[in-house]
Amino acid sequence: MAILDFYLLEALINGVLLGGVLALLSLGLNLVFGVIDVVWICYAELIMLGMYAMYFLYTVYHVPIGIAAVICIVTVGVLGVLLHLLVIAPLLGAAPINQLLATGGVLFFLQSAATVLFGIEFKNLGLRLPVLKVSEMFISYARLLAFAAALIGMVLVYLLLTRTYTGTAIRAIAQDRQIMTLMGVDSRRIYVITSALGGGLAGLASCLLVLQYDVHPFVGLSFGPITFLICVLGGLGNFVGGFVAAFVFAEIIALGGLYLDLEWGYVFAFVFFIVMMFARPEGLMSRRS
Amino acid sequence: MTRPLGWIAGVGLVALPFVYTAAYPLHILIIILIWSFAYTSWSMMGRFGLVSLGHGGFMGVGAYVTALLWNHQGVTPWIGIPVALLAAALLAVLVAYPCFRFRITGHYFALVTLALSGIVLQVITATRDQTGGSLGYTPERYQGASALYALQFGTKTTWYLIALAIWGAGIYVWHRVDRSMMRYALEAISEDEDGAAAAGVHVTAEKLKITVLSAMMTALAGALYCQYQMFISPDTVSGIAISLQMVFAVVVGGLYVSLGPTVGAAITILLAEVLRISFGTRAVGWDNLVYGVLLVLFIVFLPKGILGSLLDLRRPRRGRPALHA
Amino acid sequence: MLELRSIHAGYGTFPALFDVSLEVRHGEAVGVIGPNGAGKTTLMRVISGLIRPTSGSLAMEGADLLATPAHRIVELGIAHVPESRRLFPRMTVEDNLRMGGFMPAARPKFARRVELVYELFPRLRERRRQLAGTLSGGEQQMCAIGRALMSDPKLLLLDEPSAGLAPVIVEQVFDLVKRIRAGGLNVLIVEQNVQQVLRVVDRAYLLKAGRIRAAGTSAELLQSEAIREAYLGV
Repeated sequence: MAILDFYLLEALINGVLLGGVLALLSLGLNLVFGVIDVVWICYAELIMLGMYAMYFLYTVYHVPIGIAAVICIVTVGVLGVLLHLLVIAPLLGAAPINQLLATGGVLFFLQSAATVLFGIEFKNLGLRLPVLKVSEMFISYARLLAFAAALIGMVLVYLLLTRTYTGTAIRAIAQDRQIMTLMGVDSRRIYVITSALGGGLAGLASCLLVLQYDVHPFVGLSFGPITFLICVLGGLGNFVGGFVAAFVFAEIIALGGLYLDLEWGYVFAFVFFIVMMFARPEGLMSRRS
Repeated sequence: MTRPLGWIAGVGLVALPFVYTAAYPLHILIIILIWSFAYTSWSMMGRFGLVSLGHGGFMGVGAYVTALLWNHQGVTPWIGIPVALLAAALLAVLVAYPCFRFRITGHYFALVTLALSGIVLQVITATRDQTGGSLGYTPERYQGASALYALQFGTKTTWYLIALAIWGAGIYVWHRVDRSMMRYALEAISEDEDGAAAAGVHVTAEKLKITVLSAMMTALAGALYCQYQMFISPDTVSGIAISLQMVFAVVVGGLYVSLGPTVGAAITILLAEVLRISFGTRAVGWDNLVYGVLLVLFIVFLPKGILGSLLDLRRPRRGRPALHA
Repeated sequence: MLELRSIHAGYGTFPALFDVSLEVRHGEAVGVIGPNGAGKTTLMRVISGLIRPTSGSLAMEGADLLATPAHRIVELGIAHVPESRRLFPRMTVEDNLRMGGFMPAARPKFARRVELVYELFPRLRERRRQLAGTLSGGEQQMCAIGRALMSDPKLLLLDEPSAGLAPVIVEQVFDLVKRIRAGGLNVLIVEQNVQQVLRVVDRAYLLKAGRIRAAGTSAELLQSEAIREAYLGV
């Protein structure tokens, strides 16, 4: 009985740690949706590319991991800007389905490009980070680090959004797009900055994820759908909602994985999502119209 | 459409496998027909603004339920397929009902359906003991006398005719819906849900009806695919890639035209084959890469798809009929 | 200072303004009155760059506004208080004011400007950390005007400041406008409420169905038949 308690506690803690990273992911997606009103369906694929970048930088070219992380974050940030300029910006006035499909096309493209360029084998950083033993529980150091970094990232974003003029403009444009020019704000610039921010957050997430998971071209399928569910449940564009939903989902996944295979955790999360839709649709009603 | 031309084409299509029996081209045609049927099913929702990115899930359900019932329980596909269709319908209701009831549309709906297909894939992978997981699954070869019982036919010709019949049925259903009250109700809903509701349209019910129909047809395509290919895997019949492929093909071919999805299927499948042949085994990933680029380019420059744009050129700007038509 | 000549403007295929010419001279407060649907808000939007006219010319102190990107018009000294306030509802009063002072030239002056605004509107100082969406109608109007003042403008555009406000509050708002005016700021107000606006401005134009029907000093217009015709259609 006692051991089961420890396994449970361990799962709960792992859930919290996972929640941190998922919260980071949902923040990026929510930022872009809240400001630009577009969903980057290929968001998880950006993370996949970031993970590959880390792999090549660290494992192949032996760049020190701290520098590799910075390069990775900047690179994916740039990718975010490119995505916006090449695909999103031309479609800003188009029907939402077209915007969705366009990012869907990019998803295809990125997955295939990765397949062609890197092959389908799983690649690993080869880093063996220690595992902490806390009484009877094993907590992976990598997970702790990921959680801490995710929190720091979110705090930085929070500070950016509340203490800088640009950040304030980002919050404002999400609430009333049309009058921004009256205050001298160039909306297009804000979109580009937000895209860079969304990409940067994806880059940070990829650094954290690559510590724990192997990378392969389709790794985005493991956490893309979950991120979408989190954002939908929390309310697209609702940062606090996404934050909370991230931890809830993470706990479900962790607990599901405790007794069964990891995939079942995702299934439970989806079932939970469906149930929540029936039970508390207001969670979804906090979307922007 | 010019009637006599249509009849001639129809007869030609039916007669084809008797005249031209080369196996490979027939195989390609069968594949195109099956996928066209799937894509047409999707477009029946898509044309009304109900963009589902989860139809891969329904196809997977159709394929796997049929195969599992046959292998594990010895249930003939004649029963297995209806069960699979029912399962798909149930899944559709389970996911779509809360969405429609609580007015979850547009982005939200697309994301929920996207997650759905991802989850179906996860379930298939998770139950790997029963389903073979990502390695795929093979329905057992029937050793008995009646191929009809097992719905496993050896000759391509038979399969061609079956696929052609189902495809034809799909087009027929498309046209029936196009001429029905449901079509006007759904168009009204897609323009203005509140207005439609105020006019007495049962919004949730209408949306559910078309969703269930679309899901069942897609599941049928999955089951057919399974019976024909005798091998299924999560990536080939379910998952996000399949869902996106569906949307892509329909967008390329034309969303508002009955033959649009078929044109799209033909183009995408032929494209994949051409790439596969030129690149050999190195083609893994290239076809999707080209899809991806083409999809983006198409969305930006030709949102109506090839067939749709061509038809627009042929006649004066028609667009979707207005409510007062 | 501000000159419009022969402005034609509209929304897509729907024209709203026909051959509108007006000006605001230095030191003036000018009003544009007219019934609902006359095109007053469209006029404001043309001036502040939210929509572009199809023809005509528009200049501020000689600078061609049509050649200026919309988000740089505020740098020329034009601040627009939009119809129905349009505050950022889930941001605090202070953050809203901060957005008013977003333009680079205004940022170093933020501390001074915000003090000025709080002096003008003491209630805003009390509520500086309150979410703008929770303010009362009158407070929102004050906040919106304050936000516009943050960029230290030369010309303040006020779009229907009385809209949706109780008569008592409307009085207060127009008193405030008078005070701002007294501080040396030029004002262009569009209003349906003839009485209130004419006691605050020097001159006014009458806009009806997209055209200027009359112009003159407040005194002249108050007595003219044209207004009664325009509003009552008599």
